[in-house]
Amino acid sequence: MEKQEYDAIRKLLGESPAFIQGDVACAYGAVLAGCRFFAGYPITPATETAESMAALMPRIGGTYIQMEDEIASIAALIGASWAGEKTMTTTSGPGFSLMQENIGYACMTETPCVIVDVQRSGPSTGQPTEPAQGDMMQARWGSHGDYEIIALVPNSVQECLDLVIEAFNLAERFRVPVIVLTDGEVGHMREKTVIPEFEDVEHVERTRPTGPKESYVPFGGGAAAVPPMGSFGLGYRTYVTGLTHTEKGLPATSSAEEHTKLVSRLCEKIRQASDSLVRLEERYLDDAEFAVVSYGITSRVALSAVRLLRRRKRKVGYLRLIGLWPFPEEQLFRLGKQVKGILVPEMNLGQMYHPIREAVRGKCRVAHLPKIGGEIHTPAEIVEAVERLMAGGRR
Amino acid sequence: MKKEIQLAGFGGQGIVLSGVVLGEAAILDGLNAVQTQSYGPESRGGAARADVIISDTPIDYPKVVSPDILVVLSQPAYDKYGGQVGKQGLLIIDSDLVQCDDDALGVPFSKMADELGRRIVANVIMLGTLAKVSGCVTRDSLERAVLRNVPKGTEELNLSALDAGFRSA
Repeated sequence: MEKQEYDAIRKLLGESPAFIQGDVACAYGAVLAGCRFFAGYPITPATETAESMAALMPRIGGTYIQMEDEIASIAALIGASWAGEKTMTTTSGPGFSLMQENIGYACMTETPCVIVDVQRSGPSTGQPTEPAQGDMMQARWGSHGDYEIIALVPNSVQECLDLVIEAFNLAERFRVPVIVLTDGEVGHMREKTVIPEFEDVEHVERTRPTGPKESYVPFGGGAAAVPPMGSFGLGYRTYVTGLTHTEKGLPATSSAEEHTKLVSRLCEKIRQASDSLVRLEERYLDDAEFAVVSYGITSRVALSAVRLLRRRKRKVGYLRLIGLWPFPEEQLFRLGKQVKGILVPEMNLGQMYHPIREAVRGKCRVAHLPKIGGEIHTPAEIVEAVERLMAGGRR
Repeated sequence: MKKEIQLAGFGGQGIVLSGVVLGEAAILDGLNAVQTQSYGPESRGGAARADVIISDTPIDYPKVVSPDILVVLSQPAYDKYGGQVGKQGLLIIDSDLVQCDDDALGVPFSKMADELGRRIVANVIMLGTLAKVSGCVTRDSLERAVLRNVPKGTEELNLSALDAGFRSA
């Protein structure tokens, strides 16, 4: 993005620091990252992002389309991405469920796009205005078949803006859908938010093919390659299909060899980069004998609780997952070796608790503190659960 | 400095907007602020609540635990939240809408708004009172924040409402 273009957008976003909602910050992050195509369907508590994009896009040469539903929304994203645009949609649980098939299609066709899921209580329509963290596993496993995905979890309005920018850059770099998992609390919360300067916004563009057009191989490269993307209109002929395809992009649905090669590469391109995708926040861990591992809005409560416990001279540390998928397995294993017990508070009845327990491989106790119904945890609840864990209780 | 402020009433009274304006005023004062809200699916008439935390340090837990200031603009809101205000806390009520036995600062916000010509500005009068008695935001920032959040053409009315609030306490 040129400075001139940035300046024009910056002017539209108003004064900094702004006092805006997480949902609006997602829209700000998107336009600063270069998003020029948004398709979506309104849903509480994600609608404010769509509203902001509807106001912003026409003013910066972008496109906003309100689609008939969420299936069509993600389909439009995939098409626009192949037309060369950086694309985003926002939704919440029910819409995210509808998008799953096409998220798989985006993975299979290696289509960069960003999906913001402002999580609310479910299943089904659940509690529309209440926050939850119920889509953590759906973000990873929601579509069928084998694939890897990137998911980021902000815990503040500022981080909504910052991580949406990062999501665009990762989507372009790896040619995958990147999912930003916020929740109704962060989405509707207003906080002081600094709009970054031009120099502070990184812009990653997908690699374009450069060689002769006749010999272009759209889905080639090594075992973990991210092939250059010949977007439509560049003249590099590409056949895009969700069927198992050869390096040339042509269907090869009965070939075990082609399927294994393709799907392994889709997974390996993320797995082999997983070290570079670790995003964690660590505090009070140096001398910690126990730790609270959390993410999203719950981590704000966890940090308050850890501070209260430190005042009581309890050696308790804080680890926050910012990058959720790929899961930072090695880091959790190391934490498990260091501490005697880990508490996992989350707004569901047991999601990230499971991969954390798996990563720790029995090195320490892992206790779960689930909460559903729409209220976030209180610091006192987490303090009490940590005290129980320290006293030897399992739950 | 950290102040936990809770505003409660029913949907349509401008509870959430009051929280937004208050938080924005704090930002303009160079402080940190978090504003959260809870409301039902109804567009008006249901219970509405806004939490605002203002602090000169980063704010982790974004919800009000024990309000330093509680403003209630409806009887159901008082019945639900009235007991939560701490011993050192300040309770502000609309004296025409809320009956309570507690030690409270009662101001007839709605009636005052009617006198200004529009009941809709009762929340802005309340903000003036709140700022005057608590000193949690400066008058200058509050005026700017009000102007940034009200529709064009209503600036004068809203500034009069704010002024009425400041003079009420």
